[in-house]
Amino acid sequence: MTTTLQPDSPSRSDEAAHAERSRFAGGGRGGWTSVAVGAAVVVAVPVLMLASSILTPSGEVWSQQWRTRLPGELRDTAILLVGVAVGTTFLGAGLAWLVSAYRFPGSRQFGWMLILPLAMPSYILGFLTLSSVGRTGPVQDWWRDRFGIDAWFPDVESIGGAIVTFTLVLYPYVYLLARAALRDQASGAYQAARTLGATRSEASRRIVLPLVRPAIAAGVAVVMMETLTDFATVQYFGVDTVSVGVFRIWRGTYDRDAASQIATLVLAFALLAIGLERVARGRARFSQTGAAGAGIEPLRLRGGRAVLATGTCTAMVLAAFAGPVVRLAVWAVQEQRSDRGTPLIDQYPEYLANSLQLVAFTVVVCIGVAIVLANAQRFGRPRITQWATRTTAMGYAVPGPVVAIGVILAVVGLDDLLGRIGLELPGAVRTGSLLILVYAYVVRFLAPGLTAVEAGMGQVSEEVTASARTLGARPLETARRIHLPLSRSSLLAATVLVGVDALKELPIVLLLRPFGFDTLPVWVYNLASESRFQQAALPALSIIAVALLPVALLARRLDRTDP
Amino acid sequence: MNHPALSPDMTTTPTSTAASSNSPALSISDVSKHFADVLAVDGVSLDVADAELLALVGPSGCGKSTLLRMIAGLIPIESGRIELGGIVADDGRRSLPPEQRHVGLVFQEHALFPHLSVEKNIGFGVRTTNAERAGRVAEMLELVGLGSHGNRYPHELSGGERQRVALARALAPDPALLLLDEPFASLDPNLRAQVRSEVVDVLRSTGTAAVFVTHDQAEALAVGDRIAVMRDGRTLQVDGPDAIFHRPADRFVAAFMGEADFMTVAALRTSIAGTPEATDHLRGVDDDEIVMLRPDDIGFAVDPTGHARVSQAEFRGSTWCYTLELADGSTVRSMRSHVDACPLGTTVTPTLVAHHHPVVIPTR
Repeated sequence: MTTTLQPDSPSRSDEAAHAERSRFAGGGRGGWTSVAVGAAVVVAVPVLMLASSILTPSGEVWSQQWRTRLPGELRDTAILLVGVAVGTTFLGAGLAWLVSAYRFPGSRQFGWMLILPLAMPSYILGFLTLSSVGRTGPVQDWWRDRFGIDAWFPDVESIGGAIVTFTLVLYPYVYLLARAALRDQASGAYQAARTLGATRSEASRRIVLPLVRPAIAAGVAVVMMETLTDFATVQYFGVDTVSVGVFRIWRGTYDRDAASQIATLVLAFALLAIGLERVARGRARFSQTGAAGAGIEPLRLRGGRAVLATGTCTAMVLAAFAGPVVRLAVWAVQEQRSDRGTPLIDQYPEYLANSLQLVAFTVVVCIGVAIVLANAQRFGRPRITQWATRTTAMGYAVPGPVVAIGVILAVVGLDDLLGRIGLELPGAVRTGSLLILVYAYVVRFLAPGLTAVEAGMGQVSEEVTASARTLGARPLETARRIHLPLSRSSLLAATVLVGVDALKELPIVLLLRPFGFDTLPVWVYNLASESRFQQAALPALSIIAVALLPVALLARRLDRTDP
Repeated sequence: MNHPALSPDMTTTPTSTAASSNSPALSISDVSKHFADVLAVDGVSLDVADAELLALVGPSGCGKSTLLRMIAGLIPIESGRIELGGIVADDGRRSLPPEQRHVGLVFQEHALFPHLSVEKNIGFGVRTTNAERAGRVAEMLELVGLGSHGNRYPHELSGGERQRVALARALAPDPALLLLDEPFASLDPNLRAQVRSEVVDVLRSTGTAAVFVTHDQAEALAVGDRIAVMRDGRTLQVDGPDAIFHRPADRFVAAFMGEADFMTVAALRTSIAGTPEATDHLRGVDDDEIVMLRPDDIGFAVDPTGHARVSQAEFRGSTWCYTLELADGSTVRSMRSHVDACPLGTTVTPTLVAHHHPVVIPTR
């Protein structure tokens, strides 16, 4: 904004100066830039405030924690992260290789069915695993009938059970990235290697694997973030991670200092995961080489190998998605038929309304901010707005407990500031309120919305924007008449992505919800924690049904690009 | 013409009161711009008169598109001054936003709004009542010969039609200056010359001043009233087409604006048989000055005692272009009619064609 113009001549009249000012202010470069920077600051402040709490360590908190639970939490966190990382690497990359490099009965359909577990929240699969193969589940009943009452069976209610559950739910991240890399990056190089005389297995080992490695590393980093975010599922299995520590301290004592000190540990684990990804990726910076699609010629499997391949994929889909959904459906029907089914269903509309209210607020704010940021990149100062946008998208890589406690710190700080000038924020900001909850959701879920909206803006060329401007349209008018209509389908995609993420979210809402504010995931979690699995079935199914929406869209796109 | 941004209250600034009807449509003085460490535009000065067509030509990366975007207000300048019709649009401190400059812009890819019909595209920049806008749109459709296409959408048009819609859209708000960024580069070569002459006709009929960016020297020579040759962010020469072609300011302009061979005056005197008038023309020129020869300046006679030899022959349809290797090993090209075929290896004597003068290239 150019409000301080150097006057060319002191004799200029006031009206002329005013006209001049309004003329130059019309560009609004400064306005768009400051809004983008403002959004970045609002998103970054919680994380920065939390990180800076490490600068004022409380010796009392640390020594007390160190004497009690902290050593065990650190050990469990490390074991869980390593276990899930190894599990998803093998399962995700292995299945991607299987469906990309081989043809077997159903291989094409498995190509998209293998991503279905993305619609299965870990807190739902977790209680299903426990209830099915746990001590009181049907599998162990049958086992004891068959082999005697003292027959050995692995302990499901353990860190091993948690690792298996997370691996089943999270492997699609690795699978998707590995498959994309196999298709887009490795295919040209693979064909070149074959024409240079390499055998199929030699080309796979020496060319394909190194080329796909960065994608696998990126996928595993996402998996570790998701694992670190959780503190609900692990509690079913009696596993204590640092995230559980944050939850226990905050919901137990509302001690901001202690909670934020432990939350910095979660942040440290997250940074470690990012660091590991960088190491695993090494100096490799691969970009697309060669034509997409034309790639590794799939080998047709026959006989026993074909049966094995089909069997493996079927088992995966059954264990991670189809089986659990069927079990939930059966429970839901039984529950409705039984006598106590009716009173519980009465609570459903209330919890659904809470969830929808939260989703609606989050979507409106996220999409609104994403639209402003995407447009600011066109109308503001390019380098500053791009930096601001990248900062804003960072929240997705920060584990939920860090975001939650950081937002508490930020809002309490704001409340103190406002208190000094005699204003007060609505709600119980010091322990949790809808305002705080929405703030945390926005920090965490802005990134997927922003990515989708930016993709839509990418469809509108700079020249189209420039044409509208030179034809006399101001930035806001250009955004309204050109950018928004042209990116309508991306706005819809962004709404779906953010909405579904917000609906599924459990950890943040458990930490920050106002007293008595139950959403569908909270309801499921509470029922499952009390082993009332049958009653949890209906809300769990509705969450899965909604979560299937973006997964189905993705699956359809995958199926179309498959050869 | 009515330009809202140039309304009376704007013209009370000192710079504007000096502006009168005879101030040029565009005046650029000493404009510079860095991108990171690269000096993209380096002290460029240019004037474009009313109703003048200026072609901005240069190799890719020479800064011509950056200059165009700075004139449009899409990129602020760093130093210097841009005036549009006598009004300061950018002086390095403050930059008038593009929507207030009333400058039309036509892109290579046309950049039509895909969700709007042809009529809506053309009417987008016309800020009046609906009735007036409809009249203006009809007028523009008529002007570019697309009277019946108003309800179509951009994807239903051919490349040439899209080009004409883009032109109509840019002209509809009646800009004082039109900027065209490689407007024909996306058209296929057969269509190109035709669309080009149509566009020039429209600009002439509306009397709109225009700056026209191209990397094609033939296009620049054909279209420009004047031509500005750019390289490495600087203008090397701003002149009429005849002067650019016949009196290039330096060796780069000579080579970029047409095929050219270079040799010293001494070499010319010893290896090419000159006509008397050409020899007169070079009297008094130092032996080590450089002259430029276009292929059509050079002829040759088959001569078994000659000191040159035909070393390459390229058939171009209407002409043959021969490369002649001279006694000292250097080469010079010679253009001949398509009926004058001559086998490789023929011994010849090169001559200067009558009335063609070798041009002495100024050294810097």
